[in-house]
Amino acid sequence: MEWTRKAHRFIVRRHISVSCKAKRLTNLHPSPLPDAAPLVLLRILRMALNYPARFAVATTASLGATVFAMAIPRLLGGSIDRAHSLLSAGPEQADGALRALTWTGLLLVAASSLRGVLQMVAGYQSEHIGQSVGRDLRLAFFDKLQRLSFAFHDRIHSGDLIARGMLDLEGVRGFIESGLQRLLTLVLLVGAGAVLMMLQDPLLACLALSFVPVAGWRAGRMGYRLRKAWTVLQERLAVLSRVMDENLQGARLVRAFAAKEHELGKFDAAADSALAVANDRIVIRSGAMSTVTASYFLAMALVLWIGGHRVQAGQLSIGQLTEFLTFMTLLQLPVRQIGMIVSTGARAVSSGRRLFEILDLPPAIADRPDAKPLAVTGAALRFDAVRFAYGREMPAALDEISFDVARGQVLGITGVSGSGKSTLAQLIPRFYDVTGGAITIDGQDVRAVTLESLRSAVGLVAQDVFLFDDSVASNVAYAAPDTAAPALTDAAEIAQIHDHVASLPAGYATRIGERGARLSGGQRQRLSIARGLLPEPAILIFDDVTSAVDAGTEERIRAGLRRRAATHAVIIMSHRIGSLITADEILVLDGGRIVERGTHCQLLARGGTYAALYRAQTHGETLPAPGRHVA
Amino acid sequence: MSVADFGGRGTPGETGEELFARIESGALRRIGAFLRPYRRPLSGAIAAELGFVLVQLAIPDAIRRAIDSAVGKSGSLALDTVLLGFVALIGANAVVSYLQEVTAARLAQRVIFDLRRAMFAHLQDVSLAFFDRTHVGRIMSRLQGDVNALQEFMESSVTAIGDLALLFGISAVLIAMDWRLALLTLTVLPILIGIRAVWLPSAKRAFSHARDTSSIVNSALAENIHGVRAVQGARRESLNLARYTVKANANHGAQVDAARISQIMVPTVDGLTGVALAVIVILGGRLALAGDIDVGVMIAFVFYVQRLFDPIRNVSMQYTMLQRAVAAAHRIFEVLDVPVAIRDRADAVALDADGPIEPSIEFRRVTFGYAPDRPALHDLSFVVAPRQMVALVGPTGSGKTSIAALIHRFYEVDQGQVLIADRDVRETTLASLGRHVAIVLQEPFLFTGTVFENIRNASSWAGAEDIVRAARAVKAHEFIMALPQGYDTVLDQRGQTLSLGQRQLLSFARALVADSRILILDEATASVDSFIEADIQAALRVLLAGRTSIIIAHRLATVRDADRIIVLNHGRIVEQGRHAELIAQGGLYADLNRRNVASFDELDD
Repeated sequence: MEWTRKAHRFIVRRHISVSCKAKRLTNLHPSPLPDAAPLVLLRILRMALNYPARFAVATTASLGATVFAMAIPRLLGGSIDRAHSLLSAGPEQADGALRALTWTGLLLVAASSLRGVLQMVAGYQSEHIGQSVGRDLRLAFFDKLQRLSFAFHDRIHSGDLIARGMLDLEGVRGFIESGLQRLLTLVLLVGAGAVLMMLQDPLLACLALSFVPVAGWRAGRMGYRLRKAWTVLQERLAVLSRVMDENLQGARLVRAFAAKEHELGKFDAAADSALAVANDRIVIRSGAMSTVTASYFLAMALVLWIGGHRVQAGQLSIGQLTEFLTFMTLLQLPVRQIGMIVSTGARAVSSGRRLFEILDLPPAIADRPDAKPLAVTGAALRFDAVRFAYGREMPAALDEISFDVARGQVLGITGVSGSGKSTLAQLIPRFYDVTGGAITIDGQDVRAVTLESLRSAVGLVAQDVFLFDDSVASNVAYAAPDTAAPALTDAAEIAQIHDHVASLPAGYATRIGERGARLSGGQRQRLSIARGLLPEPAILIFDDVTSAVDAGTEERIRAGLRRRAATHAVIIMSHRIGSLITADEILVLDGGRIVERGTHCQLLARGGTYAALYRAQTHGETLPAPGRHVA
Repeated sequence: MSVADFGGRGTPGETGEELFARIESGALRRIGAFLRPYRRPLSGAIAAELGFVLVQLAIPDAIRRAIDSAVGKSGSLALDTVLLGFVALIGANAVVSYLQEVTAARLAQRVIFDLRRAMFAHLQDVSLAFFDRTHVGRIMSRLQGDVNALQEFMESSVTAIGDLALLFGISAVLIAMDWRLALLTLTVLPILIGIRAVWLPSAKRAFSHARDTSSIVNSALAENIHGVRAVQGARRESLNLARYTVKANANHGAQVDAARISQIMVPTVDGLTGVALAVIVILGGRLALAGDIDVGVMIAFVFYVQRLFDPIRNVSMQYTMLQRAVAAAHRIFEVLDVPVAIRDRADAVALDADGPIEPSIEFRRVTFGYAPDRPALHDLSFVVAPRQMVALVGPTGSGKTSIAALIHRFYEVDQGQVLIADRDVRETTLASLGRHVAIVLQEPFLFTGTVFENIRNASSWAGAEDIVRAARAVKAHEFIMALPQGYDTVLDQRGQTLSLGQRQLLSFARALVADSRILILDEATASVDSFIEADIQAALRVLLAGRTSIIIAHRLATVRDADRIIVLNHGRIVEQGRHAELIAQGGLYADLNRRNVASFDELDD
């Protein structure tokens, strides 16, 4: 198992230096009290016990391996005695003795092999359990993240979540797979050996085991200090990796300001501070392990010393002494692995904590127990004195927002960035819950209906377009995976993206590439519009989705939408007035409140913010008014 | 952030086979160059390791001597004397093993930090074209994942030397004690090596398959996390979980297969250990019977044989690590080998070598393209006189950004010349170009750090007064003072807590502090809303006063104040003149203006 020890050390180190990307998350939990280390380990053990059959097999096999392992010192001791006594007894009984030695040799091969086989079974079962627990955690983590609300995802860095899902998961798994099994082997060996040796010779047994308390104490302290050292190193490496990441992200700026020396200075400061603590964990582990090993050898020396004198005095046979010594050599590898066990344990505690922290979060937004599916009749969306704040101590992001919009109508919303447009949009599919007032659809409060039915009735095309590394078709049909081709192209045509897709090498089957990197900003926006249209939601919300689309194309998209308008209630948010002119009602938001409302013509006549904005965007020249003003 | 950020091995498509194919000694030899400054610590580490090996060899010998004296073998030392020696050995073992681990680790750390610094410093010099092609996440994975893989290898390679020494040492000691018994016992070694050779290919296949499936589940997780808002909006939770379960199960299966294969070696090694012990008992017993060896020798054999297998296991582990390290080294040197296309010529002079400059800009018949066959600029010529403000206008892909980049020599022209203050940019130093030409980027880029540090940036000479004066001038002072700690407020996550407009104002202040004679402005996009445009415009006027400037204009409002407007299309100048003149001309500009687009981008889309 020596080579797996190194493999794990390798993984542990990767963990340290890589997870530094993850920023330590504070205040995720309502109670910041961290779980005590034993509790975390216990919880991990409980997850392993979810596989009781395998766990039983692994334990039994370990036990069996220990029994055969214990046979080895016995056999060796016996044979040494035989050889020794033959030496003194003379050659008369040589034949019988030789036969006995041959038998012992064969038994040794058998015992060793059986021990190996049983250890293999134990090792394999442990890995199997570890992998199964790993998969269980993976799935639970994946699903939990899908169910946690936007408010959670706003607070936590996605890099941190990925680090938890990859590295911390490995940390927990690694402990079950190797730490737990080795710990079991060590405890069984020491325990079984203690019993057998006690039966043989209590004094020598005590001497042989005298290192156990010292080793236990040093190992415990090492675990604690390792955890602390890791935390410090992780923090400093996080700074270093942030410096590098920002430097590379801002490569253009760094060059524009000829800031190379400045940046190297930042790098050196961060690197030096990390280097200063980089060796701490090695020093801690090596320091502790050299004491543990020394105490082990000292115990062996004691056995040799006392035992040797008793052999000289004829109170002990040389074979018995060999048996004790061989038993101790059996412990040599497990003792050297204490460092490994403690490291995996320490890592499992910190990793487990970070994973369980997420897994234990209750989703802030979930179906009420009595939630009913939303029954859409007229798609009448109503905001009734809605108030919303992102946190308890945060100022209201929206206040006193009331409006109505229903099927066949278009509501326009404008305002500076930060005025609350996107917030308002995200309240409708209940990505956040209102802090005051109510949002209803056809008279049903959005909090009283099932999320599934609500979100299929509301289509929000968000400002940040996220495309998956998949085909164009899968991306467009993301919310309606079973859509037939004609409906797909229909939506793409309305979004004015069909022609472009058709010109791609593989058409709709073209793979988009990492986060849509192969499309321009406008193309990505239009693709996301098509995606929003496809499931034909009753209420359609466009949150500033045409900022990178030119005016002509946008007008064609609007014309396409108008043909469908009778089946949807539409909300368009934009700071570009041109997008809103045709709306039935336009709200002007400022600081989370509605400061002006009315139709385009009414607002122009009012001469307020909206009129000023309109003038700024048209330089005082009159727009060739599109849409219904002409029609 | 991509998955690749989190591990050098995570890159999809990189199978174990490719990894294996990459084994070349060249990369490792180059690492030797990084070891050179640490010759003394290196020999110290090796010495400590060899000392450790000696102690390991001496311990069973001490036990043998103790047994010898216990059974009263003639000529043996007194038991107490032997034990004193044993205790001394234990002390030596503790010291030496500590030293061995710590010196090796410390050395590896240093070299690794040097390597990382070399990569980082090199990345400061490579051309921007490199960053256009490469994901920052990919580079970061080399700076971190690969560097760490190498560190593990370096730490353990000192141990590997010790392992080999221990293997030979044990063999030698055994042969010295009794060559017949030794040779027969050691026959298990070639057997083990042979079994491993048969086992290794299938193990490697299983491991690399397991790694691939891991990278698949991990990238699926990463994508779902990044796109969680889209997932929830499209109610894909159940479907995505079902698809992920398939991937997670495939990974589980592959990992379990790999575990099965790796566990096969356990009974193999244990069985062979049993065989070796049996040889000692049967043959050793006969020899003892014949009076050829003592019991002490038999016992010593037992002890040595139990240590014999450790080095072999370690050495084969080392082999796997070696493969990984070579692959990592390869990827590291790929970064170090990215050619620095743009660097100072040997005879380069500073722009202001002859005193203050007259900040003019001239393009003389410039042709340039990112790909040789598709030029972005065709035979382009124009002059910007000192303190003139020129606006560049044109649809996406018309060449505006290329012009800005060439002035700063981010790229080299293919033909023609770019001159600043009548000096070819290729004949001047990059540092002086950086001092005299400032660029304000479209996307204001802030670093994690205080507001103060962000404004000062590389202008280390600027004091608090300069910073505040600049902030006041661009009307950023008020909102800065409204922040919790004013100028000392730390901007987390690159200032994402500030609005885009505020970040833009900070980047203006930064340019003002840098006080360059020439300013290139990649104007804010349509995403800066019209409401704060007035503030930005006012700040711009302060910033531009008395400087030569080129503005890449996305909005009509900025353009009208320019001394000259250059209208570009497909890399050529199609019109130029003042606003009124161009309107009168009735060409492309007048058309754009009439169509009243808020942004000139995407017109050709």
